[in-house]
Amino acid sequence: MISINNLRVQRNGRDALKVTSLEIQKGETLAVVGPNGAGKSTLLLALAHLIKPVDGGITFHGKPLKDWDDIEYRRKIAFVFQDPLLMDMSVRDNIALGLKFRGVKKEDALERVIKWSKAMGVDSLLKRRAGQLSGGEAQRVSLARAFVLDPELLLMDEPFSAVDPQTRAQLLKDLSNVLAQDHRTTVFVTHNLKEAAKFGDRVAVIINGELKQVGAPEQIKTKPADESVKAFLEEL
Amino acid sequence: MSDIFEITFLSLQVSTVATLVSLLIGLPFGTWLALERFRGRSFLLSIINTGMALPPVVVGLVVAMTLWRSGVLGSLKLIYTPWAIIIAQTIISAPVVTGLTAAALEALDPRLQQQLLGLGASRPQMIWHLWREARLPLLAALMAGFGSVISEVGASMMVGGNIKGQTRVLTTAIVLETSKGEFEKALALSALLLTLTYLVNLALTSIQQKGARK
Repeated sequence: MISINNLRVQRNGRDALKVTSLEIQKGETLAVVGPNGAGKSTLLLALAHLIKPVDGGITFHGKPLKDWDDIEYRRKIAFVFQDPLLMDMSVRDNIALGLKFRGVKKEDALERVIKWSKAMGVDSLLKRRAGQLSGGEAQRVSLARAFVLDPELLLMDEPFSAVDPQTRAQLLKDLSNVLAQDHRTTVFVTHNLKEAAKFGDRVAVIINGELKQVGAPEQIKTKPADESVKAFLEEL
Repeated sequence: MSDIFEITFLSLQVSTVATLVSLLIGLPFGTWLALERFRGRSFLLSIINTGMALPPVVVGLVVAMTLWRSGVLGSLKLIYTPWAIIIAQTIISAPVVTGLTAAALEALDPRLQQQLLGLGASRPQMIWHLWREARLPLLAALMAGFGSVISEVGASMMVGGNIKGQTRVLTTAIVLETSKGEFEKALALSALLLTLTYLVNLALTSIQQKGARK
């Protein structure tokens, strides 16, 4: 579904990410791991076409992202950031926001909002203001806001890094259940190898802005591609 | 009495029109300055910020010289009309609205733009929602813009001429009465100006606070 070839992305005038080759199959969950500042988030932003590469490219369904209309492409994906970044409106309106952008009718939107707010355990909070939510609740709303769009590609950038460990464990469990039933193509960034192994059909390791290895979680653990991957795994 | 009503109405009319024109200029321009990154942006922002402190009397002088019969736009015959005051007041108010709009939007989390685009927003949808998020400081920008023109006297005097029944506004009337030694009248007009300013700001503040609760 997605092919990345000789991708080079710069941020602030410096190379931030290089990926020689990476394929993401329909329905698979690719977990991306690496140290802080390695270029994991840059990969997601490039996949969302929110930053444009200086070289190489990404194709989606065989068509280069630069040839897609930005809005048409982004309405096929959904992005969950580290922080929930909710708007100053009710939980219901927050979850429905992407549907509103797509011009989905109010009744249809409400039906989908109710379905996904239940799946994420926030159905009792629909009338609350976003500012009244706890960190865990806000992140659940942010996940519901992404899933409600029924995206072909779901991009998640360490969505649980800002919540306490107990909430994080519960959120991981719930998300894991949803993804297990959903079989949605997902790229999930984390710096936790256990999380990566739990979620990912495959794991991609990015170190110093370079994709070093892609493979099954066990393969990454037992056969690290080089010394940098080995050192990273040992640090964990 | 009818004189006072006329002066008050004209004051409100010219300052409201000038503020609305400033909003039409300042909101998109301030948004562009806040969202785009380009060479010379800091310089442009410093010019706008300087413009927020433009002395009205200097604006009045420049606009008057432009609109005088011998001026570049003299043929429009706008000097000593309410339109001349509106033009001068817009020049005073527009940098205030522009600068405060840019500051309000720059205070938002920069990732909010990416989040909105990532949810499939078109650029106009993204901008609308950024304005919505910054609605309280944006209303404050509008109030500051209005405040900068309803209270100014230098520009109105220079380009309007303080002509009775045509271009006399509250501030120029206060100056006139003071110069005549009619301090009671001047004080009464000052009280009226303050009350008017208070009522307009009260209305805008109640809209702002309603927005805060929404």
